[in-house]
Amino acid sequence: MATAPATLPRPHSFAQRLRAGDSIAYTITFAASATIILITGLLAYYLWTGSALTRQRFGWNFIFTSTWDPVAGQFGALPFIYGTLVTSFLALLIAVPTGLGAAIFLAELAPRRLSDALTFMIELLAAVPSVIYGLLGIFLLVPLLQSKVVPALQAVFGFLPIFSGTFHGVSLFSAGLVLAIMIVPFIISVSREILLAVPNDQREAALALGATKWESTWKVVVPYAMRGILGSVFLALARALGETMAVTMVIGNTPRIQASLLSPGYSIAAVIANEFTEATNDFYLQALVELGLVLFALTVVLNGLARLLILTTGGGVKRR
Amino acid sequence: MTTVTPTMFTPAPPANESKPQEHSEIKIRTEDLSFYYGSFKALHEITLEILERRITALIGPSGCGKSTFLRALNRISETIRNTHIEGRITLDDADILKMDVTALRRRVGMVFQRPNPFPKSIFDNVAYGVRVNGLGDRGSLKEIVERSLHRAALWDEVKDKLHHSALELSGGQQQRLCIARALAIDPEVLLLDEPCSALDPIATAKIEDLLFNLKDQCTIVIVTHNMQQAARVADFTGFFLMGRLIEFDRTEVMFKKPSKKETEDYITGRFG
Amino acid sequence: MTLSFRRRAVNAVMLTLTGLCTVFVAGILFVILGYLAWNGARSLSIDFFTKLPVPIGQTGGGMANAIVGSAKVLLVALLMGVPIGFLGGVYLAEFGQSAFSSVVRYVTDLLNGVPSIVIGIFAYAVVVKQIGFSTLAGGFALGIMMIPIALRTTEEFLRAVPVSLREGSMALGASKTRTIFAIVIPAAKSGILSGLMLNLARVAGETAPLLFTSFGSPYWSYGWLQPTATLPVMIYTYAISPYEDWHRQAWAAGFVLLTLVLAVNVAARFAIGRSASHR
Repeated sequence: MATAPATLPRPHSFAQRLRAGDSIAYTITFAASATIILITGLLAYYLWTGSALTRQRFGWNFIFTSTWDPVAGQFGALPFIYGTLVTSFLALLIAVPTGLGAAIFLAELAPRRLSDALTFMIELLAAVPSVIYGLLGIFLLVPLLQSKVVPALQAVFGFLPIFSGTFHGVSLFSAGLVLAIMIVPFIISVSREILLAVPNDQREAALALGATKWESTWKVVVPYAMRGILGSVFLALARALGETMAVTMVIGNTPRIQASLLSPGYSIAAVIANEFTEATNDFYLQALVELGLVLFALTVVLNGLARLLILTTGGGVKRR
Repeated sequence: MTTVTPTMFTPAPPANESKPQEHSEIKIRTEDLSFYYGSFKALHEITLEILERRITALIGPSGCGKSTFLRALNRISETIRNTHIEGRITLDDADILKMDVTALRRRVGMVFQRPNPFPKSIFDNVAYGVRVNGLGDRGSLKEIVERSLHRAALWDEVKDKLHHSALELSGGQQQRLCIARALAIDPEVLLLDEPCSALDPIATAKIEDLLFNLKDQCTIVIVTHNMQQAARVADFTGFFLMGRLIEFDRTEVMFKKPSKKETEDYITGRFG
Repeated sequence: MTLSFRRRAVNAVMLTLTGLCTVFVAGILFVILGYLAWNGARSLSIDFFTKLPVPIGQTGGGMANAIVGSAKVLLVALLMGVPIGFLGGVYLAEFGQSAFSSVVRYVTDLLNGVPSIVIGIFAYAVVVKQIGFSTLAGGFALGIMMIPIALRTTEEFLRAVPVSLREGSMALGASKTRTIFAIVIPAAKSGILSGLMLNLARVAGETAPLLFTSFGSPYWSYGWLQPTATLPVMIYTYAISPYEDWHRQAWAAGFVLLTLVLAVNVAARFAIGRSASHR
């Protein structure tokens, strides 16, 4: 009982406090908190030791080579890392402007009741399970892209390498789009909170100087909230990187690096999902665990950055 | 600004006292009581004596330490981190800093500035302290609740809805419920921290009446912003300023001819 | 005057665009709901709830085993994750102001950010390697995912309970523990319970950590140590299969899952909103 809860120059005996039950409650709740640290520690420990074989064998080549051949025991994760990064950034490219626009509308323009109602709906969107997005991706988005969107896109931009080649539906492009839809509600709800936390005198000062509504929003309010918005983008990116089901269902699961967004690819999470139960030997399994380790490291870094940015804005996301 | 010497408030009744004053014991005594929030000294060596079955009022501008002083008397101040007490507080000559804190609080009840009924039924609110302290069985619990509500002059208003939520009551009723809740465990001392500041004048009058009636059963210490209230209800009044006790005397002396200039300034400033 | 016109035009165009963004995103919800309802309701039948899956090549059958399997996995997750998260939240709200508690907060955020597939790897290592693919292993994975949210919501709602209630209780001679369990937690009860429902709804749709923990099964799963089918995994396997009839069933399962998840979300959010406006 080194750090006891109460703060008194205490003449109380341990027995007295024990009778009151305080130290029991303290110990139990402390133990629960310690368990969380223990679990997270074990998780990191397992990912590290569980991939010792492949880490020793391949070193950094694991990340920088692109041959993934389980039969030959050759494991280079570059195609998966490439697919993960491309789809995630594509998702950000679409989701950040859209999400920020919607957040501006909800925080600055819409009347409070309308804003609350729309935010409610958008937050429901965030509750839709990822496998449902995958389902709609396969049966709604991919056919739509194949029949309408991509032919039009290629007619105009077909000369660009990123829109070249034949399109089979499942692709990096499809995965990026699905991811964009999945992270956009998240960007909106966090950014809206942060925009709402911007003090009103900032807006009034700008408007008083003759700025239009848009100018006051874009040149004063948004820069004021920039760190927090950036934080929400990092959090969204962390989600996109680790997203598994929806991506697995529409990305095409082909471990190749191709310039065209319209070609099939693969992501880290998808390869783990697909091959984990098929990993026939320990070495193969360790390679997959190492992929988990890469994913874990990426999300730890991004979450840390986001936390730093959002917490220091003071625009409380946690404390409503 | 000097601290008051203990001799000033020995309870010798003045000769010109019209009503004969029966003998009264010292209930609570503080000696050189200082209180710190972290390194900030909020109370400076307060020495005073509170008499049994009297109403003692503590007045002063906000931030003067009167509430801090009150909250030290049942050690509820300890729930705030980084605070500590220096000096001595005794209850019936026993040092309260050495007492079991729950036993102390059973004897020294408290009513807070804003009514704080628990989100439970009226009955459960009043019964809470009894249950917590393991006093009274099922049968006597009902009696205790009824008697406490009577003592708090609330019984007639709530007797038909004892099992309704306490949050349905009006502000004044809630505050009397909190008084009933405190009375249910028969405290020897009742501390009231600006109990009427959130109430309208009618509800305030009811509470003041109530205090008069409670006076012969327990010792009452009331912190108030409102000097008229102190003048109306209190036998003794203490004036706090910037963490110091400036003056402490019989209420009529305090309000008619205070001996310290600060007291006079404060009182006349407020009255004028 | 032209400058002013340009500025006003930019203003109007940009503001309209932000409105369009909002309508577009909110519209996605209706597309999802509409498309699922249309395809799902058409495919739904009594058989879906009462029958086992049929072998490949046959049509018909249902997902009764997956519905029960999901419920069992969630029960294990609840029993494992919620007590730890809840007690941890009590610690942070009522006892925690030390350096240790900021470590707990940080680690909890970190755990919350770990991709679900990585949680699956961990559950595989800890549980599956010992006892095999099982309901228990799936529940363990989802349970870990429930901990951070359970902790955060508990802490948040406990902190929202006014200090005056704590003081009122302590002033009556109640110990700190008694105060926490008799006054503070009951006062925060509806919020904590709503948070719990949201938490359950969130993990109910999780698929990735179940792929190699509870695995899957076309049969009834008895007890807690056998592999079991779950709704999300069924949706996944049926959706990527080449069979028309399986696609039909995937829609039905998706419709059922989404309806449950969204219903719980709407109910819990209204409950939280109501209790917040009562304060």
